[in-house]
Amino acid sequence: MSGQVGTANPKLHEKKCVSSFSLLTCSVMFQMVEEGSTLLRRMEISVAEAEKRSGKNSVNMQETFTVYLIETRPMDAIAEGRNPAPDSLWRRYSEFELLRNYLLVTYPFIVVPPLPEKRAEFVWHKLSADNMDPDFVERRRVGLENFLLRVASHPILSNDKILYHFLTEVGGSLSFQSRTADSRLRALSATFRVRNPDKRFVDMKHYSDELQSHTSQLLRARARVADRLYGVYKVHGNYGRVFSEWSAIEKEMGDGLQSAGHHMDAYAASIDDILEEEEHYADQLKEYLFYAEALRAVCRKHELTQFELEMATQDLVSKKQQREELATGIVRTFSFKGMTNKLFGQEAPEQREARLKLLEELIAEGEESVKEKTAECEEHVEGGWVDMQRFKEQKDKDLREALINYAIMQISMCKKGIQVWSNAKECFLKM
Amino acid sequence: MSVGAPRGLASSGQKPITEILHPLSAADEPPLSPVPDVTVGGHNPSSGAADKDAGLTNGTPVETSSPASASSLFNRLQLDDEPDADAEAEADAHDPYASTETRDLFVTVDDPKKHVSTMETYITYRVSTKTTRIEFDLPEYSVRRRYQDFDWLRIKLEDSQPTHLIPPLPEKFVMKGVVDRFSEEFVETRMKALDKFLKRVADHPVLSFNPHLNAFLSAKDLNKRQGLALLTKVGESVKQVAGGYKLRARPAEFCAMGEYLDTFCQKLGTIDRIAQRILKEQTEYLTELREYGAVYSSWAGSEDELRRPLEGVAGSVSSCCGALEDLSENMSQDFLPVLREYVLYTDSMKNVLRKRDQSQAEYEGRLEAAVLRRQEDRTPVPVEVEKCQDKVECFNADLKADWERWQSNKRQDFKQLLTGMADKNIHYYEKCQAAWESLIALLQDKQTEDKTNETN
Repeated sequence: MSGQVGTANPKLHEKKCVSSFSLLTCSVMFQMVEEGSTLLRRMEISVAEAEKRSGKNSVNMQETFTVYLIETRPMDAIAEGRNPAPDSLWRRYSEFELLRNYLLVTYPFIVVPPLPEKRAEFVWHKLSADNMDPDFVERRRVGLENFLLRVASHPILSNDKILYHFLTEVGGSLSFQSRTADSRLRALSATFRVRNPDKRFVDMKHYSDELQSHTSQLLRARARVADRLYGVYKVHGNYGRVFSEWSAIEKEMGDGLQSAGHHMDAYAASIDDILEEEEHYADQLKEYLFYAEALRAVCRKHELTQFELEMATQDLVSKKQQREELATGIVRTFSFKGMTNKLFGQEAPEQREARLKLLEELIAEGEESVKEKTAECEEHVEGGWVDMQRFKEQKDKDLREALINYAIMQISMCKKGIQVWSNAKECFLKM
Repeated sequence: MSVGAPRGLASSGQKPITEILHPLSAADEPPLSPVPDVTVGGHNPSSGAADKDAGLTNGTPVETSSPASASSLFNRLQLDDEPDADAEAEADAHDPYASTETRDLFVTVDDPKKHVSTMETYITYRVSTKTTRIEFDLPEYSVRRRYQDFDWLRIKLEDSQPTHLIPPLPEKFVMKGVVDRFSEEFVETRMKALDKFLKRVADHPVLSFNPHLNAFLSAKDLNKRQGLALLTKVGESVKQVAGGYKLRARPAEFCAMGEYLDTFCQKLGTIDRIAQRILKEQTEYLTELREYGAVYSSWAGSEDELRRPLEGVAGSVSSCCGALEDLSENMSQDFLPVLREYVLYTDSMKNVLRKRDQSQAEYEGRLEAAVLRRQEDRTPVPVEVEKCQDKVECFNADLKADWERWQSNKRQDFKQLLTGMADKNIHYYEKCQAAWESLIALLQDKQTEDKTNETN
């Protein structure tokens, strides 16, 4: 189910049955495998387990954290019917974060798949906000697996060496990347004004804001609804108790009342499973909430490159102007040099020659810079636009599936409700 | 009620036919005197059954020396009926008032109308009667009555039939200013309760023959003052019971009744509170659900491919909101009022038990006094003491019969009430399910549509 074609390992398969449907349906996964996704074709990847560990952290304090088991198996071996044991290694959440940051920085034109949330948010009162809570850990395990599968099925990301190392080797090859990652990331959040951004990117950035706003609103509203629905169901449990007490003083009505009371208890209890299932839907929404951020990052990167290009271009233009002034002696625009010349007299020809030469060098550098930056900008726009289109298609499909699944969940809930109340009605009729 | 003998008896005590005007006759008829000359001397109209030997002509009050024995005869006949009545009720589980051959008095309360006068504004209801009973001159009647009139009837019944359980009326006073006396919901709820009240009275083998009921159903204009005067005699006899007598020992069966009523009342109260709490939670759920649906709509605005699915979800959520509103309305308008009315009914029953206790206490007190006197001067046990004894026996018998009826009604009513509640919940879920299924159909249609577009 999670991207494998024919899971031979029953233990893995069992895990999948429990969790994977929630984030990626079969059809989407098959699509990922087929559309030129290289790594996923070659390798079966899963995040099979989660365990608690204790250790000393960077400031030498004792801490408890969770590690996740990444298992990989070569696809060809599975296809051949052999059932090799998977290669595996343990990694913790922060390592996943390092990987992602690396990807963000290295592929700034890609909408990089998001990680599951760091801390539990949008919890309604029954859910735990504790990171060590087993339900939270389980949903995070699923989210991490989903992240890896998305990355490994991306036409460009899946070829990354660091990704491969992350999946297959223990080691600190990631750590040195983190410093560069941090500084580049910081750059992405600065504000600056761009003169001629690509309109498509402007629109996309605006869209990413909308997506973020709507998904977070939806998550909050859904949590409130879940809270209230929980209350409605649970209060019905009181009927169970009072019917039971009442049945004790009745003769003919007693049996019917008592049985009906049991059904009311069942009704009240049924909400727990219903809402737990709905959390999967919430997780799907959350993925796209975070995806919106990734999309925004690509647009911001465009702004950055465009800005740098504009700055470089402007710089080149002013330097060329300076050269012209120096060469012709004509001052077109106000300049400090021009003013001092007027005030203190023109400089000596040797000085002028020197300055001219310097300028020429700078101009040559500047032209190189502009060329580079233009290329960088164009590459980013090209790559970014392609990936944003890919993302849009993926998003439309995924969310549509999610909505259909949500509707299916609602129908199932309605059917359960009808069942319980029909049972209760039969008991009432026997009163 | 298929009781043959009592039907033509004095209890109904009809006015001579000449005195009753056709309800549809000329407008300027004199107001009818609604209460027939029923009470003469010590005749207890509640007995409904004269001595077997007395002449049973319509309209002739019958003097009996011991109405109690007649009453017990009547009750014995009545008890025979009970199994039939139960079977009837079983057969007509959905509508206990749907008739079989034995019922001969049908009443309905409907058609509320507002009347505005200079002094006051009030609502009247149409009271329709269909009957084959000979106590009534016409087979059909249609009159308009207001709450006050129902209240009058109830008081009259209580006064004239002190040993019987009179069904309760909905609350008389509505306070708080929050409740609108003229809102559709309030009027509707009240009307249903009045209808229930009247049907219960019409269903009762003794109460339904009460002349006040007859007047209530048939008279064009209730003349209350006249009725009041005529019945004070009866009222007095009831009031006498409220003397300072202490009850020694209440028979076990009545104790059991009292205990049952206490516990039952308690449970009803709990159910009422639970239902109210559910309503409150549902209302809050509804509020959040509406906002939730709105978010889908607004999200749809920024999407293109996803616009229809998102709007579809918003639509389904909205349908669910509508279904929930209906459910809540049903609970508050149909379920809760009936529940509350049963609390009143239970209180009425407790009242009757109390009156019975008092009557027994009076008898025991008088008997004790009489025995003491006889020991002193050998005077025989006075008639009043015998009458007291009769009254007690009569009371006990009536009460037991009414208790059985009350239990049977209660079972039917609650079966109906709870089944209704289950039905409403089932309908709610069915509506929601339909809303979501139509969404899936919509979305999957689009999917196949897309696929065909892709392959083309």
